[in-house]
Amino acid sequence: MTYFDVKDLTIKFGGLTAVDNVSFDINEGEVFTIIGPNGAGKTTLFNLISRLYTPNAGHIVFRDEDVTQLSAQQIAGRGIARTFQNIELFESASTLQNLLVGRHRHSTTKTWQDILRVRKVRDEEIAHRRAAEEVMDVLRLQRYRDTPIGSLPYGVRKVIEVARALCVGPSLLLLDEPSSGLNVEETDAMAEWILEINRRLKVTVLMVEHDMSLVSRVSDRVLALNYGRKMALGTSEEVQSHPDVVAAYLGA
Amino acid sequence: MSAHIRTDYAQSDQLFASRASVIAYAALGVLLVAAPFLIESYYLSQLVFVLIYAIVGVAMNILSGQAGQVSIGHAAFLAIGAYSAAIAQKYGVPLPVYLVLAGAFTGLIGYLVGLPALRLHGIYLAIATLAFAFIVEEVLARWESVTHGNEGLMLAAPNVFGMKLGTNGFYYLCLGVTVVVMLAAINIIRSPTGRAFLAIRDSETAARSMGIDTARYKTSAFAISAAITGVAGVLYAHKLSFISPEMFSLAVSIDFVMIIIIGGVLSLRGAVFGAIFMIMVDPMLIVVKDKLPQITDAAMHGIGLGEPIIASIQAGVLRVVNAPGLKSLIFGLIIILFIIYEPMGLDGRWQRVKAYCKQFPLARQRSARPQRMFLKSERR
Ligand SMILES: Nc1ncnc2c1ncn2[C@@H]1O[C@H](COP(=O)(O)OP(=O)(O)O)[C@@H](O)[C@H]1O
Ligand SMILES: [Mg+2]
Repeated sequence: MTYFDVKDLTIKFGGLTAVDNVSFDINEGEVFTIIGPNGAGKTTLFNLISRLYTPNAGHIVFRDEDVTQLSAQQIAGRGIARTFQNIELFESASTLQNLLVGRHRHSTTKTWQDILRVRKVRDEEIAHRRAAEEVMDVLRLQRYRDTPIGSLPYGVRKVIEVARALCVGPSLLLLDEPSSGLNVEETDAMAEWILEINRRLKVTVLMVEHDMSLVSRVSDRVLALNYGRKMALGTSEEVQSHPDVVAAYLGA
Repeated sequence: MSAHIRTDYAQSDQLFASRASVIAYAALGVLLVAAPFLIESYYLSQLVFVLIYAIVGVAMNILSGQAGQVSIGHAAFLAIGAYSAAIAQKYGVPLPVYLVLAGAFTGLIGYLVGLPALRLHGIYLAIATLAFAFIVEEVLARWESVTHGNEGLMLAAPNVFGMKLGTNGFYYLCLGVTVVVMLAAINIIRSPTGRAFLAIRDSETAARSMGIDTARYKTSAFAISAAITGVAGVLYAHKLSFISPEMFSLAVSIDFVMIIIIGGVLSLRGAVFGAIFMIMVDPMLIVVKDKLPQITDAAMHGIGLGEPIIASIQAGVLRVVNAPGLKSLIFGLIIILFIIYEPMGLDGRWQRVKAYCKQFPLARQRSARPQRMFLKSERR
């Protein structure tokens, strides 16, 4: 079975080819990291996978299904969740509400049932709440439960975004620069959580990351991109010592 | 300080957060039920308008406050509800039936209006809803065989399965509808549907990535909001017993937007506060118009100004209070002041006053000031 496979993926913005004929595959249970200088096309690749962008060419296969033509909301329904480099939380809502939005794909009630708040709605609400509380337990977010996002510090928001993505109940989790903007201790905690999410919750992780010590610590395999093209693929050490990668980072 | 300790997730399901709020709402309920026996008919009539505006406020809250979609065409939905009522009544349909039918029909129209909202944002959506409202006004004026054009339509007294409703009966009908609409709105807000709305409002990109079908929820926000406004339209038509196209103009749509800006966009309580404010402004302005010249006159005599100066200042005061655009000017000023100083509306103010009283001896000045929580964080 193919778990996750990207084949010849290409997207152009005007004259710029942001992702250029990129292919790679991810095994179930892996932590797979994408590195590369700023503007290499990493976030664009994430946006292609989560179907916020439509590729000009190429295919994305998830669990033997070609998902290239699905809509963004269908991607979440298939069990692919993500975080954003610039944090896209629902700022006027509380932490708990953000997490409950993450549970959306597990709701089966119709709008009219919501309006009448029939028994099924109430039962599902309790199930959603329980799931959200479990995620909050794992990531130690209980104390922020009812605090509006707008009044929380940046580091906490980064964790809440991971928590919200976990509430989707993903099989594949995309993390776009989980450590950016975090201090040393927060980065350390983030590394632990990524490992815990991967090992204990059995979630496959696809991550974009700049912090090389974090990359080495958690990644099974690393892909290096430059100018939208694949530069190197292999273990963390292999990629970091690859001559092209060294040149790209020194040149950048 | 006080805290609500919860020991079971089901407790979050309760309508009232605490014993105190149960008592407060019960007291309010008793007062509202007793109102016809407590207040003069003029005030009861104003109270009916407050209820109707509060229903519209709830509709605006769901669409703009919860789902973040702009509309400056809601008078059209009120009109559709009102005309549906007038026409249905002519054919002998009983009120409870056309109350529901008018809501459903207006909801359907709202769904259709919501379709362009899938492609339009902000100011463009506002213009689209405005255009829709102009079209509806125009149709009502031109489709004379059904609407009697600018001559308008009369409504008979509301008739519930053969029983005619008097002034008090109609008040209770409005009160009942308001309560039902409120409960429905509360249920929406605390359900997956309501959370989908807030997700769309705060970040459409994130909403889609969480699996939310944004198109579906935007159109349902329009449909639900329109349906509620249509129901309010039925009550409005009966309250006035006569409807004509110019009663559903742009100014009315803007009144509706003001309900939630002044009351507070995020909460249903805000819709009620805003409705009270909007209905009270007119009578208050009349009082000002009557009393202000007398007060200034007395004041100027008091400080001993010369007659010619007093006369010229009085002429100025009279010109100001009788100026035709005075109401719009004051409204405009109020909106600007609210947006700058109280973006959370009257309800935001109310919440802080309540918090202040609760922690009274411990409260600090700073916590009574509005927080600019709504601005997106700067680190982006
Ligand atoms: N929506 C877009 N429109 C035009 N250009 C874009 C768009 N998104 C990304 N790009 C461009 O694609 C390139 C790759 O960007 P990005 O994927 O964000 O890089 P990074 O690897 O730093 O995440 C950049 O040159 C960026 O300007
Ligand atoms: Mg990036």
